[in-house]
Amino acid sequence: MITAERKPLEELIDYVSPYKKILLLGCNECVTVCAAGGRKEVGLLASGLHMAMLKQGKNIEIREHTLERQCDPEYVEELVSMIDGAEAVMSMACGCGVQTIAGRYKDKPVFPAVNTKFMGASESQGVWAERCQGCGNCMLGQTGGICPIARCAKRLMNGPCGGSTKGSCEIDENVDCAWQLIWDRLKALGQTENYVEINAAKDWRTGTGGGPRKIIREDLAE
Amino acid sequence: MEIFEPVIVAFCCHYCAYTAADMAGTQRLAYPSNVKIIRVPCSCKVDALHMVKAFEKGADGVYVAGCLKGDCHFKSGNDTAANRVKYVKQYLEEIGIESERLEMFRMSAGMGYQFAQTAKDMTEKIRKLGPSPINIANAQLNGQAA
Repeated sequence: MITAERKPLEELIDYVSPYKKILLLGCNECVTVCAAGGRKEVGLLASGLHMAMLKQGKNIEIREHTLERQCDPEYVEELVSMIDGAEAVMSMACGCGVQTIAGRYKDKPVFPAVNTKFMGASESQGVWAERCQGCGNCMLGQTGGICPIARCAKRLMNGPCGGSTKGSCEIDENVDCAWQLIWDRLKALGQTENYVEINAAKDWRTGTGGGPRKIIREDLAE
Repeated sequence: MEIFEPVIVAFCCHYCAYTAADMAGTQRLAYPSNVKIIRVPCSCKVDALHMVKAFEKGADGVYVAGCLKGDCHFKSGNDTAANRVKYVKQYLEEIGIESERLEMFRMSAGMGYQFAQTAKDMTEKIRKLGPSPINIANAQLNGQAA
């Protein structure tokens, strides 16, 4: 999922302070799962903003609404009936949601309420960790299902660096060395020959190195 | 000067604090009427939203009362509630509400005296802190409107 964290309240207050009527939008997808921008977080932020603004002597009106998915035009369309009642929109969705809203409702200022972090997985209750950087050319098949791009601080392609110590990365002893994990896993799978094979230098054009990316499925596209 | 009477919301677990409140009653122990009790099936039923909304709707103080450590009817709901209270305290500071206005207490069903004492202590603490800044802001705004 895409993970996110709420921005400091102080920054959000700066965004909304010129306005009296705010539409605060949540999203039922990734940000709900990572407890950053679902219906509950929308309620919490609306209360927090309302009270913080009261302390500044302003009684602002905050309408709360949570969309099924903010990155899909179909769902964003349902805001047509309520957008005119707001002077500005604050979105608790990831950057994709914020931009979909901004693209559809061009005359409304749209502000992000969260910092979008990374594509990650839940390690345990309340803990999310980065697992994918969307490089566009997945190599998990060769590396025992452990990604050296997302999990190695140097994004090394062929084994660990000299900073790998007792299974930990040199940046922090609490961070696993991705290549140690890969080696352990390949050994357990009996696929150590994958480790010996030399991976060519990564072509980053399939990732962010090639500019903004797009997928067009001609059978689906209208 | 008029004595400030705070409004305090107490979320009490059915299995401990709520029964302790009953116990206080049967023991004829008085506790301040400032404390408004809301019975919950477990202290961890109290969401961050409940605590924050209580302040938004005019509470001067809020507390969650759950079971003693290791005594939760649902294994660890009381610890979850304590973590949540800690998290909401930080959020209150961000908003500009003193975090001491929110507390977590632990007691057993038999601790009627402690229930009454907790209610008294919390009422005194909030009385010293004065009205919640949100209530003050609301009063000022309403005064301006009038």
